[in-house]
Amino acid sequence: MRFIDEFRNAELARVVIDRIHRRSKRHIRLMEFCGGHTVTILKHGIRQLLPPTVEMLSGPGCPVCVTANADLDKAIALAREPGVIIATFGDMLKVPGSYSSLQKVRADGADVRVVYSTLDALQIARENPERAVVFIGIGFETTAPTIAASVLQAEEEGIKNYYVLSMHKLCPPVIKALLNSGEVRLDGLICPGHVSAIIGSRPWGFAARDYGIACVVSGFEPLDVLQSVAMLVEQLEKGEPKVEIAYRRGVRPEGNLRAQELMNAVFEPSPANWRGIGVVPESGLRLRKEYQRFDAELSFDIDPGPTLEPKGCLCGDILRGVKTPIDCELFGDACTPEHPVGPCMVSSEGSCASYYHYGTL
Amino acid sequence: MCLAIPALVKSIEGNEAEVELGGISRKISILLTPEVKVGDYVLLHTGYAINVIDEEEAMETLELLTEMASMEG
Repeated sequence: MRFIDEFRNAELARVVIDRIHRRSKRHIRLMEFCGGHTVTILKHGIRQLLPPTVEMLSGPGCPVCVTANADLDKAIALAREPGVIIATFGDMLKVPGSYSSLQKVRADGADVRVVYSTLDALQIARENPERAVVFIGIGFETTAPTIAASVLQAEEEGIKNYYVLSMHKLCPPVIKALLNSGEVRLDGLICPGHVSAIIGSRPWGFAARDYGIACVVSGFEPLDVLQSVAMLVEQLEKGEPKVEIAYRRGVRPEGNLRAQELMNAVFEPSPANWRGIGVVPESGLRLRKEYQRFDAELSFDIDPGPTLEPKGCLCGDILRGVKTPIDCELFGDACTPEHPVGPCMVSSEGSCASYYHYGTL
Repeated sequence: MCLAIPALVKSIEGNEAEVELGGISRKISILLTPEVKVGDYVLLHTGYAINVIDEEEAMETLELLTEMASMEG
């Protein structure tokens, strides 16, 4: 496929790998924020192709993984409400909350439907005017504009039975929280490509300016990631950390202004609870006052009960980059993609699932 | 979750477009990319075009890498 095959060219990849080997002198630690990048790196064996001077860490960029149990429990409680139809992206189905999962409550009779898009969720709402349709709104800045668009569409059409449980999260504030914690020492950041397609490259400026972190916005093909690593090595060898875009076919410095406009019209920043990281101010999105009638949390009186965390699960530490999946005693034994204990094993881009599918070296 | 794949825009009607990806046709929303034209490639994410792919930039990136190869080869 066009714009994919060209960026999987093995010959060019070899040249970029050679260059990284020649240029990289000092030991550096790079974090790929995004779970999509983790998949590319593990699937194509990129870590093994890099010199020992370049250490790669996986970050918290998996929306399913960072959703806290307290929030998952709300979605599950909503699914149990009489007359409610839950519309959700498939990734959320198997994620265990404190007591159950959307898949389990569906087996018990709840009406939980997997959708590809908010457009499908709206269609379900149109076809079932007597039922309440709750869309489970998870995702980063990439996805939030599409949820905003669905709310605006529902408003325009006067669809009264459509609701959103907004658990959206924003990426730059959580990176800032990780850097502030001092728990993980980083030299460079592979910035998420499709989040940046929306917000642009400028919101990463603080990392270079205030923390001296080299930043490169990367695409998702192996050549994209290798090029980004080469650019990060170059910046760090020169001692000039800044923000650059490697993924120039998909990302502009200012981002997608129309998408930002819609997102800001419907949502406002709010505190958000990140698994393993805790509550980070201004790192989530809630519906603005004028759209509160679409807010599932305000519209239903649910009691999800006290939150329980899975025993022995290291997802939280893995998301912060302080542990890797192979440090976890449950990995591959008690916790597998078929029977996941934590969300990092459920989502196809979770670190644990990536390690499980593509090897653990 | 933030997966977005290139899709070719075949026709446009209002806020909707018909796109082709890997031989499959489907309808998508172009509400987030009002500037899109027939013949453009877009990044498709959960039924919405989230950006128009800049073909010139794509070519430049590949040229840059090819140049690197010829310099070092």
